Amino acid sequence: MDLHFTNAQPTATERNAVDQLLGMPATAWEGSEQRSAGEQHVAHANAAPSYRRALLLPALHAVSDNVGWISEGALNYICKRLDVPPADAYGVVSFYALFSTTPRPPRVLHVCDDIACLANGAAEVCAALEGTLGPAGTGANACWLRSPCLGLCERAPAALLLEAGERHREEAIAPVTAAAGSAALQAPAGTADKNRAAGDEAAALPQAGSDGLRLLRRAGRVDPTSLEAYKSSGGYQALQRALDIGPNGIIAEVTASKLVGRGGAAFPTGRKWQAVAAETARPHYVVCNADESEPGTFKDRVLMEHDPFAVIESMTIAAFAGGCEHGYLYIRGEYPAALQRLDSAIKQARSQGLLGKNILRRDFAFDIELRRGAGAYICGEETALFNSIEGYRGEPRNKPPFPVQKGLFGKPTIVNNVETLANVLDIVLLGGAAFARTGTSDSTGTKLFCVSGNVARPGLYEVPFGTTLRELLAQSGGMNGDGALQAVLLGGAAGVFVTPDEIDTPLTFEGVRAIKATIGSGVVIAFDQSIDLLQILRRIALFFRDESCGQCVPCRIGTARQEELLKRLGERRPLGSNSQERALLAQIGQVMRDASICGLGQTASSALESAVAKFGLFQ
Amino acid sequence: MWGSNARETHPIFFHRVLKAVHRGAQLYVVDPRRTGSAQWARTWLGVNVGSDIALANAMANVIISERLENRSFIDHATTGFEAFSKSVARCTPEYVENISGVPADVIRSVARAYATAPRAVICWTLGITEHHNAVDNVLALINLALLTGHVGRYGSGVNPLRGQNNVQGGGDMGAIPDRLPGFQSLGDASSREKFEQAWDATIPAERGWRLNEMFEAMERGDMRALYVIGENPVVSEADRNRAEHVLAGLDHIVVQDLSLTQTAQIAHVVLPAAAGWCESDGTVTNSERRVQRVRKIIEPPGEARDDLKIVCDLARLMGHDWGNPSAQEVWTEVRRLSPMHAGMSYERLEENDGLRWPCYDENHPGEQFLHGRLWEKPLRGAPAPFHVVEYEPPVDELTAEYPLLLTTGRRLDSFNSGVQSGEYTSPLRRGETIDLSPEDAKRYQVSDGEPVRVASRRGSVELPVRIDETLRPGLAFMTFHFDVETNVLTIEANDPKSGTAEFKASAIRIEKIASPAHAGI
Repeated sequence: MDLHFTNAQPTATERNAVDQLLGMPATAWEGSEQRSAGEQHVAHANAAPSYRRALLLPALHAVSDNVGWISEGALNYICKRLDVPPADAYGVVSFYALFSTTPRPPRVLHVCDDIACLANGAAEVCAALEGTLGPAGTGANACWLRSPCLGLCERAPAALLLEAGERHREEAIAPVTAAAGSAALQAPAGTADKNRAAGDEAAALPQAGSDGLRLLRRAGRVDPTSLEAYKSSGGYQALQRALDIGPNGIIAEVTASKLVGRGGAAFPTGRKWQAVAAETARPHYVVCNADESEPGTFKDRVLMEHDPFAVIESMTIAAFAGGCEHGYLYIRGEYPAALQRLDSAIKQARSQGLLGKNILRRDFAFDIELRRGAGAYICGEETALFNSIEGYRGEPRNKPPFPVQKGLFGKPTIVNNVETLANVLDIVLLGGAAFARTGTSDSTGTKLFCVSGNVARPGLYEVPFGTTLRELLAQSGGMNGDGALQAVLLGGAAGVFVTPDEIDTPLTFEGVRAIKATIGSGVVIAFDQSIDLLQILRRIALFFRDESCGQCVPCRIGTARQEELLKRLGERRPLGSNSQERALLAQIGQVMRDASICGLGQTASSALESAVAKFGLFQ
Repeated sequence: MWGSNARETHPIFFHRVLKAVHRGAQLYVVDPRRTGSAQWARTWLGVNVGSDIALANAMANVIISERLENRSFIDHATTGFEAFSKSVARCTPEYVENISGVPADVIRSVARAYATAPRAVICWTLGITEHHNAVDNVLALINLALLTGHVGRYGSGVNPLRGQNNVQGGGDMGAIPDRLPGFQSLGDASSREKFEQAWDATIPAERGWRLNEMFEAMERGDMRALYVIGENPVVSEADRNRAEHVLAGLDHIVVQDLSLTQTAQIAHVVLPAAAGWCESDGTVTNSERRVQRVRKIIEPPGEARDDLKIVCDLARLMGHDWGNPSAQEVWTEVRRLSPMHAGMSYERLEENDGLRWPCYDENHPGEQFLHGRLWEKPLRGAPAPFHVVEYEPPVDELTAEYPLLLTTGRRLDSFNSGVQSGEYTSPLRRGETIDLSPEDAKRYQVSDGEPVRVASRRGSVELPVRIDETLRPGLAFMTFHFDVETNVLTIEANDPKSGTAEFKASAIRIEKIASPAHAGI
């Protein structure tokens, strides 16, 4: 490709960071500083440009991890190495919240002020930080920033400390106080408490050790860093059986199990796998969508942190069923502990012949590449996720074609959520029919619910489909202190508010549909009477405004108008009357539902509209 | 793609090349510079300026010694293979690596790729033809096509990319010293007679002059007046000082053009002309021999008039009343006199989005492949000859005094001497610079943007340096789009067969300008 660069040069640190990922450049044409006489008369094209470009996101991470931000010189160098136009790459860098194209101090504290944390004092933490450290984003050596949901809702309020440098560091601080946040930002380098995050992990698993758990059977009981421990607790028996019954056998069992996707869309998994297996185009891919970013969701993080091998094993089974040669596991950038566990798990699996060529001594080759997101809710949308992996802005594609026909790199792709995949192990081992005996006839198996907000024991709960919301809240210890339930947000920011009158609804796909709600990604945020719902609604509106990718007009404009409207109502300065504003909100929601390309715009108004309707707001 | 930076000079054509590249076509680019086109290539062959024949002969050597030639095509449709084969026997890749700079293994692999490809095309432009041995360069490429049979078939061929929308049409209409419209020979009495009858005039039997011959005639004083239509020789001729001197000595110069070009500025009479693509009717013929209609949609401004009208009025003033024919009437005459255009009525041109000559009658679809006949059995017409061609270095020698080789070319956002593009702004345009490799910039201790004096054996100009990593040490580059008189530097070393000057190879040196007074240039 003929590229035009500015004169900005990379620093030695930036160059090294990129070279460590990509290897040294072979010629000056690819970026080396000296050129030999030989290369003045010949140059060869980079092989397979699309795969090269797919290294863009990792290369950006390499620089950002080392320096804290991505300079023009660094971007030039990355582009030269990967043959990507610099203007194009700039569009990618500026797409992600965790990257900065302007100087940013090496140490940054991302403080969550999203729904669940807001219900647990995040606003007060932010105000205190502003008092001691100054406004968000200021500071020469360290600064703090407001962040959307970090997926640490069971320990709200939460923060994530990122420190760029040669020994780049990421640390969850949850629950966080203003004092703890300031201390972490101001501590001398290298004094972080490495065990703090791990020590608090148990808080996510209130059911640990209970009988009847399937997905969480091992979580908190079996050492997640040891392949041996995984194996001796039943791990890799499912893969063995899968290889025995063959792709058709696996797909038959998954279909019989009536398993549907747990990421929010509830699409039948067996049908998806069948479709990919039947495609003649090659290669096939399997992608694990671990970009859970729906505010209030942390189930996949807990699964990955506590049972990483189960994710690897179930991806391997999916690959075998779909005839997939290569897998990507795309994990959101805010999950350092899960990333580390998965990375270690993949390496161990590889070293024992459970990934790579001749898996379990069969003629079956499959391997997994980890991809780290960089702060973009929209990348949880499956086609946006493909674009992100391929090195483009994470903007959703039009469907059709569907991923099963043209997915990653335009090839047939199985893309499943972490929890969905984790279910496959039991389905293969017990059989689809046995699996389907749990739950109801239309919602089979168990479901992970991320319970947070003002409950006594927030955390991840696994219950059979059909459990009522009341029972789930009771398991979570009921309301914290002497608070009374005001509302439940079911399904996250893209979900629906549920009133105390509705909590006897059984948590099944069909049950919640009856109250026009959605299970979504299993978010249950309970609010007591002390919570200002309007503040929550404004945060939800702000979230969608920030996270809209901007590609399609209804969503880009609609989420902005919606946020402005909520702000006006919050400040009691309606444009016209309150009833006119309510009508406008409904109109904006309708346009976004009708005309947005993807689910983000289509659901951006659902929680807001449900609250306005059910709680009689803005009368 | 040989001696062509189509990425910048034929951008629309290159979009189609890129589509093919994205679909898996293999692009190889031969060019001294690693141009924008070369950066899209699977392999770039950074040939030394003027060593194209050596490189082509080495490829032929590889093809023959590895028995990759298309023997049945050679036997059927060509002559002179044995002599050609003998002539390239000593052009081994190792030998030619020393001449061309291209590594022997790369020569081998590209030769194999070309010979074994089911379909292969060679495209070239001025990198091949702006040399003192331009025609030999072209013949060297044609030899490769004949050797492999990559000619006269779908997806094959040898294609000079035309620099303007109607260069082909100009030649087709007889703007060649020894041809009448439709490439009918001036030396052929029966052809002449046909035109004499039609035109009721006598046509001189002796061939005319090429542009370089005209300049020689002007220099000798044999030619005293010049009528220039749509050309800007003051800027575009090699060795500009000489060209200006010659033109200044003429009795009379008439320039017919869209704008007041540098040549028009020294003319005695300027005839403002209409723009061919929107202010007048007619046809143009593109690189693939496709005759296409152009239509008048607006009136020309001011006193500007259609070229056809100007020419007819001049004829009338000279005592010949040609009437006031429309473009279509003139075209009808072309169809009557030029058999290869006979079937191209305006109606058919519109229906078919243009037709490719030859098109002998109204039922003829036009020829997709000019040389398709070479595959017909039995062979129709004469077989295609191989030509023995030998490498000759550029005329302007590199010495200690003039150690750098300057090659000239064009950029994406400017067109030739800038007459048509200079008025428009472009975010890419940086003005004229002398482009040097980083190594040479270091050696001559000049920095990016620094004004320097560039001198050749013929003259010197002053302009800023631009450091360009696509150049190798010893190679410099300039365009001639701007006010800088680039062709003061170039050499009027003409190819005797085509009359084209060696714009691509001039020996120069870089001089630092000591005085800060020059800093503003």
